[in-house]
Formats: sequence, structure tokens, C-alpha cells
Amino acid sequence: MAEPRRKPNLVKTKVPMPAQDPQVRIKNFDEVALGYTPEQAVEEARRCLRCKEPRCVQGCPVNVKIPEFIMLIEEGKFLEAYYKILETNNLPAICGRVCPQENQCEKHCLRGEKGEPVAIGRLERFAADYAASCGEPRHEPTNPAPPKGKVAVVGSGPAGLTCAADLAKMGYQVTVFEAFHTPGGVLVYGIPEFRLPKRVVQREIDNLKKLGVEIQTNMVIGKILSVDELFSEGYDAIFIGTGAGLPQFLRIPGENLNGVFSANEFLTRINLMRAYRFPEYDTPIKIGRRVAVIGGGNVAMDAARCALRLGAAKVYIVYRRSEEEMPARREEIHHAREEGVEFKLLTNPVRILGDDNGWVKGLECVTMELGEPDASGRRRPVPKPGSEHCLEVETVIIAIGTTPNPLIANTTPGLELTKFGGIVVDEATGQTSRPGIFAGGDSVTGAATVILAMGAGKRAAKAIDAYLAARR
Amino acid sequence: MNRIVKKKVLAPAVKLIEVENHLIAKKAQPGQFVILRVHEKGERIPLTISDYDREKGTVTIIFQEVGKTTTLLGRLEEGDRILDLVGPLGKPTHLEGLQRVVVVGGGLGTALVFSQVKELHRRGTKVDCIIGARNKDLIILEEEIKPYCANLYIATDDGSKGHKGFVTDVLKRLLDEGNRYDRAIAVGPLIMMKVVSNLTRQYGLPTVVSMNPIMVDGTGMCGCCRLTVGGQTKFACVDGPEFDGHLVDFDEVIKRTAMYREEEKTAMELLQRSLKEGV
Ligand SMILES: Cc1cc2nc3c(=O)[nH]c(=O)nc-3n(C[C@H](O)[C@H](O)[C@H](O)COP(=O)(O)OP(=O)(O)OC[C@H]3O[C@@H](n4cnc5c(N)ncnc54)[C@H](O)[C@@H]3O)c2cc1C
Ligand SMILES: Cc1cc2nc3c(=O)[nH]c(=O)nc-3n(C[C@H](O)[C@H](O)[C@H](O)COP(=O)(O)OP(=O)(O)OC[C@H]3O[C@@H](n4cnc5c(N)ncnc54)[C@H](O)[C@@H]3O)c2cc1C
Ligand code: SF4
Ligand code: FES
Repeated sequence: MAEPRRKPNLVKTKVPMPAQDPQVRIKNFDEVALGYTPEQAVEEARRCLRCKEPRCVQGCPVNVKIPEFIMLIEEGKFLEAYYKILETNNLPAICGRVCPQENQCEKHCLRGEKGEPVAIGRLERFAADYAASCGEPRHEPTNPAPPKGKVAVVGSGPAGLTCAADLAKMGYQVTVFEAFHTPGGVLVYGIPEFRLPKRVVQREIDNLKKLGVEIQTNMVIGKILSVDELFSEGYDAIFIGTGAGLPQFLRIPGENLNGVFSANEFLTRINLMRAYRFPEYDTPIKIGRRVAVIGGGNVAMDAARCALRLGAAKVYIVYRRSEEEMPARREEIHHAREEGVEFKLLTNPVRILGDDNGWVKGLECVTMELGEPDASGRRRPVPKPGSEHCLEVETVIIAIGTTPNPLIANTTPGLELTKFGGIVVDEATGQTSRPGIFAGGDSVTGAATVILAMGAGKRAAKAIDAYLAARR
Repeated sequence: MNRIVKKKVLAPAVKLIEVENHLIAKKAQPGQFVILRVHEKGERIPLTISDYDREKGTVTIIFQEVGKTTTLLGRLEEGDRILDLVGPLGKPTHLEGLQRVVVVGGGLGTALVFSQVKELHRRGTKVDCIIGARNKDLIILEEEIKPYCANLYIATDDGSKGHKGFVTDVLKRLLDEGNRYDRAIAVGPLIMMKVVSNLTRQYGLPTVVSMNPIMVDGTGMCGCCRLTVGGQTKFACVDGPEFDGHLVDFDEVIKRTAMYREEEKTAMELLQRSLKEGV
């Protein structure tokens, strides 16, 4: 496939991503990374070696045909590149922005051995944005009439959206039920506008509607209809993609003081309800001059960077291990640091202090040391005696993780669960302990990633097709 | 869906609307609530389902105009639609196995206990009802609730109707007179529920209160509505909204509901200005 005389671009580093200046961007919610120009994309695409056995592809949970799409970009066939990605990934504009590529495709890229890997994520984003700028003349499949069957998808995050899209393409009549008034899951209520513009998510939702998928918002399954009632309403199979929306708290004193938020509440107010535009939007948000965000994942970085944009003078990340163990994407840690977020590493909160009126006035912490590795393989943090100290803050945001919401599990008899409340499934198919009910994404794994949720949605769509074919 | 089929003004700034939503009407139970949004930039606010008609497919909401969202909601007319309506949320009230119950409704609380009183009556429970308000114009649903009560007592702060004083005075008198109840149900302003709970604690009378902390999603996802009950953190939207009044940390809830007071004021002032300008 490679032309004999092609000379790859051997520069060791990625073509830099244009980005908003940190001092400017902390005053707005506009996208930080601005995306490649066509010239920059071609130049970066030229760095790909077109390996015969591309390791990058094996690192991708949905096996995007990486060297093939990159080659198309190099040849200036940007739309074709987009269609190539679409063969395995329904949401490239989203994945190109938020996937942890450094742990997936790019981690395995041959170019990464001497220098930086090919910027696969940025190229994926480029192809998707380019297609969108041309009005995205996507080929719509012609669905058989009558449909092959009726499937209900509960939850409209990446798992549900992917499963619904694949099933619709296979010829099923699909209805998505979403609890919120806007579909998209964490993509709309969690990940902030400056990292994933909501119009990008909206585009994907619109595509889904074009495929004939019906989306019913304001439908809390387990309350308005149970899963079993969906069956009696004529759905032949059900996919549960309800995510991991239940916030964890630290169980330390002072957690119910005014000014303490779960990251879910803080981010939902800002992203879904647009509290950063209060009073134009009705939902308020309250932020102190100094803010502590507890946790070290993407959620913590997002909360910290939102806090800055709301005008906080000082924002701390309080994390009990060292930077090395932080689960957040490197790029996000880097962006947060550039913007002035201060990292309090090896620091564990023990108590939130309040004033007489019930408002936060400080966070008492202890310093930690790393001890022996624990079950997770990470070195276990242990408190240093006598290291208590206080951070003066008026706002505390708790971003230490979420677990699956028990609403569906509690109202669906016979659905087997794991210890932490995840739905038990056969990994290859997403089949749960109940025939006809499939599940995937964070509702199964606990908080994970967009691409893993999509992978699970895809596998389940295939399995649902097989299950219903066998019943026909 | 979500079309307003009936609207009634019950008292100054207290309005009743009956909204079409077959699915919610089919599922609603006493004690549950809905969350609604009135316009694209609107806030999500919770309101109790005070009545439902499964055949007509409607739910009734009674609300007091206290801020921007409820004021905008009050401006909707019959035939208008509510943008988003989600529910039924929260746990239904347990009303099983009760012989005799005293229900206390403060202000708007009367509307919120209405469906419970009706349901208790249907189950053959004897209900004594005490309803109160600042003055007689603010007493709502007196005629509607009366047929379902064994006894109905009224208290007003200024004495313009019924007992002059608080609902708790009446409750105390009933208890002192030797009336025995299996349960008290109290719904109204936080401070009233707190005082009722403190009183019934002395009499060992189990008391259920309905908490109204600030909410966002109403499905247990944000943790905004958390409160301390018996030393444990609970989410009002999924664990409640009804709790054992003797275990609730009222002072904490009272502080938490004041969290956005300044912003609520700003929103209301801007709204009033724009309404005046006729926008
Ligand atoms: C702030 C934040 C930042 C993140 N950053 C990244 C990142 O940079 N990269 C990355 O790969 N991953 C990131 N993640 C993780 C990623 O977003 C999730 O792993 C992914 O969204 C999971 O997808 P899902 O479809 O399983 O669930 P979700 O996206 O959680 O969607 C579930 C949907 O189901 C709905 N729902 C729940 N219960 C019900 C019910 N009973 N009835 C109807 N609907 C219901 C919810 O409202 C929601 O819309 C981040 C997560 C957060 C919170
Ligand atoms: C489970 C539940 C059931 C309720 N049922 C009723 C009812 O049947 N009738 C009724 O009139 N009121 C009810 N309320 C209270 C009602 O939700 C608030 O009056 C309403 O949110 C005020 O909104 P606003 O924008 O008009 O006023 P704002 O100016 O925003 O607020 C006025 C006051 O309302 C409360 N409040 C504000 N925002 C919220 C919110 N998002 N969630 C909860 N409380 C908030 C605060 O205490 C605040 O001080 C209920 C509350 C809960 C939690
Ligand atoms: S591993 Fe890297 S160089 Fe090789 S094909 Fe994949 S992206 Fe190109
Ligand atoms: S309102 Fe969000 S958890 Fe109760």
C-alpha cells in the first residue's frame, strides 16, 4: 500500500496543537485546544510509518483503522478519512477530544519509542471536525421496513448512543430513554464545554436521530417505567447504559457544610444547567475565593479548571498519592497546571471546617507518605504523624469517584450485581443474568472511559442482534 | 404531554395547576414529587404531586410563588405546556396499618398533605387534621380536605380564623387531652416541622416530615439534596423526601436551603424588572 518513494516526516515531536493562551482561557468556557489546520494535519499524518502490523490499532478498544485513516489524511482525502474512522467508531469528534490516547493507541505507536508517538487523537479530531465543517454528507442506511425488532436503550451516554446507533443501522427500531432533559450523559453534564463543546455532542445526537432513533428525555427508568414494563410495552430487548452517577463522599466531618459540592453537582450545574452564565440562565453556582478539589482524576481536573473560570483566585487539587499515580490524562494535568491550578500532592483531607453560619472556612489535611504497594499495585499512602495542617478555602469539591446508581438494579428483580453495585455481564456480549437484558459502560465497570463505554455498547448491539435473530 | 388543563388561584401567590402526563399520572403515589423546568434556560425545581387522576392522565401541583421559577410557572395559563416534567420521584409514603393519625399542614403544606389525607381516609384511617397559616386568606384547601378528616382544626398567627397561634399549640392541646395517635405527619416550613418534631418527641409520637432541600437531578446523582438523619447522610430525592422527624438535623437543612439566597434575590429582581418592562 505504501508508495515506494514516500518519505515520512521524521521530526521527533508531534505537530503542536494550537491552543488558547492560558491567561485568556481561564476567563472563558471556550474550547482550549483549537484543532489542527489541514496543513498541520497533513504534516502530522506524514509522521506515521504505516507499520505492517500496526500496534496502535491493538491499543484501540474499538480497533479504529488507524494507519488507513491517517494515510487518507496525508493524501488530503479528509472526508474519506472520516468515513474510515466511522467504520468502527461512531463518535470520532468526541473520542478525538477526550480519549486517553496516551494509554491506548498512542502508547503502542512505534514512533513513541524514539520521541513522541503520532498524534492519533488530534488527527481523529481533525477528520471529524473537517467533515462537520462540510456539512457532513453522511450516507444514511436504508432501514428495512418493517423493523427487525424493537429495542429500548436506557441512558444516553456514550454506551447507550453507540448501542442505539449500531442497532438502528442493523434495522432495529430503537428508543433511547434518558433521565435528564438533554441526552449525552457525562458528555453533556460532566465534561466541560472548554474540553468538549456541547455542539459536538449535539451533532452526534442529531446523527442518531437521522438514523431513526427516537430519544425520550425526562424518563427515569425504574420510576416512570420499570425494565419489566418496557418488555410488556413490546420491547424485545433492553440495553442498560445508565453510567456510574452515584457520587462518593469522603465521610469526613463537615461534609454537609454550605460550600461543599460533589463534583457531579458542581459540574452538572455548570455544564448542563450553564450556571456560569447566571443570571442569563436561572441555575446558580456559588464559588468561594479559594477552592479545594479533592481527587486526582479527570473529574477533579475538570472541576478545578471550572472553578478557575468562575473566578476563584486560588484553586488547589488535593490528592493523597503522588503525581505519578494520578489517573487524570496527562494533557489535562498539564492544562490545569498551565492555568494556575496548584497541586497539593500526598495530601489527604481529614475534616472540613465551618464558620458559625454553616459555611466552609477551611480544609484540614494530613501529609502522606507512600508505603508498600496495595491490591491495586499502587503504593499505599499512609499519614505522617503530626503533619496536620489547614488549607484556607471557602469551597470544597469532592471528586473521588462514583459508583453505579442503584435505581435500575433495585427495580429489576433478578439482575445480578457486583459488590460495588455494577451490573454483572458476560464481557463478550454484555448479557446480564436476565435474558434479553444487556448492559455496558460505567454501569457495569464503574467510572471508566468514553471509548470503553462505546466498545461495550458495540459488543452489546451485536449480541442483541444475535439474540433476537435466534428468537425469530 | 405536559399541557396545563386546569389552573386555579388558591390564595395570593398560591396556585394550583393540573397537568396532562399519562405516564406520571399512572405511576404517581402520595408523597412523591416531580421536577420541572419552565423554559430553555430555566432551573430544575421539585414540586410535590398533590393529587393525580389516573383516568384523565393528569397530575395536580400546588405551588407558592417564591422566586423566579415558581413565578414564571404561575404565569402559564390553561393550554400552555410545561417544558420538562419528570417523575414520579422519591419514595411513596407508607400509610399501611394506621388506625388514627394526626396530620399537620403549615401554609402550603396543606396542599402537600392533601393526597395523603385522602389516601388515609380511603384506607379507613381516622385522620385529625390541623392546618395553619399566617392569616385566614392564606388558609388553603379547607373545604376540599374537610370531607376526609374526622376533625379539622385551624390555626392562624393573627387569629383571623380558628385558634390564634401556631399549629403546634393545637397539636399540644390534642395530645394533652389524651388523644392517642399512631403517627403524626407534618408538612410545611422547615421551622414548623422542627417544632412539631420537638413536641411529638416528648410524647413519643412517631412523626414523619417531608423535607425540601435544594435539588438538581432528583435521582440521586448530584448529592445536592443531602441531609443528616440519625447521624447518617441521606439523599432526600431517593431516600425521602419523607423522614423520621425525630432524627432529622433540621438546623443543617435550614442552613443549606439558604445557600443561594443572594442569587435567588438577583434572579427575582431581574425578572421583576423585565416583567415590568413588559418583555
Ligand atoms: C467530569 C468527567 C470527566 C471525564 N473525562 C473523561 C475523559 O477525558 N476521557 C474519557 O475517556 N472519559 C472521561 N470520563 C469518563 C466518561 O465520561 C465515562 O466513562 C462515560 O461517559 C461512561 O459512559 P456511559 O454511557 O456508560 O454512561 P454515562 O455517560 O454516565 O451516561 C449514562 C446516562 O444514563 C442516564 N441515566 C442514568 N440512570 C437512568 C435511568 N434510571 N433512566 C434513564 N436514564 C438514566 C444518565 O442521566 C446519563 O445520561 C469523564 C467523566 C467525568 C464525570
Ligand atoms: C421534594 C420537594 C417538594 C416540594 N414541593 C413543593 C410544592 O409542592 N409546592 C411548592 O410551592 N414548593 C415545593 N417545594 C419547594 C420548591 O421546590 C421551591 O419553592 C422552588 O424550587 C423555588 O424555586 P424559585 O426559583 O421559584 O425560587 P428561588 O428564589 O430559587 O428559591 C426560593 C427558595 O426555594 C428553595 N429552592 C430554590 N431552588 C430549589 C431547588 N432547585 N430545589 C428545591 N428547593 C429550592 C430554597 O429554599 C429557596 O430559598 C418542594 C421542594 C422539594 C425538595
Ligand atoms: S503504530 Fe504509529 S507509526 Fe505505526 S501505524 Fe500506528 S500510528 Fe502509524
Ligand atoms: S437532587 Fe441530586 S442527589 Fe438528590
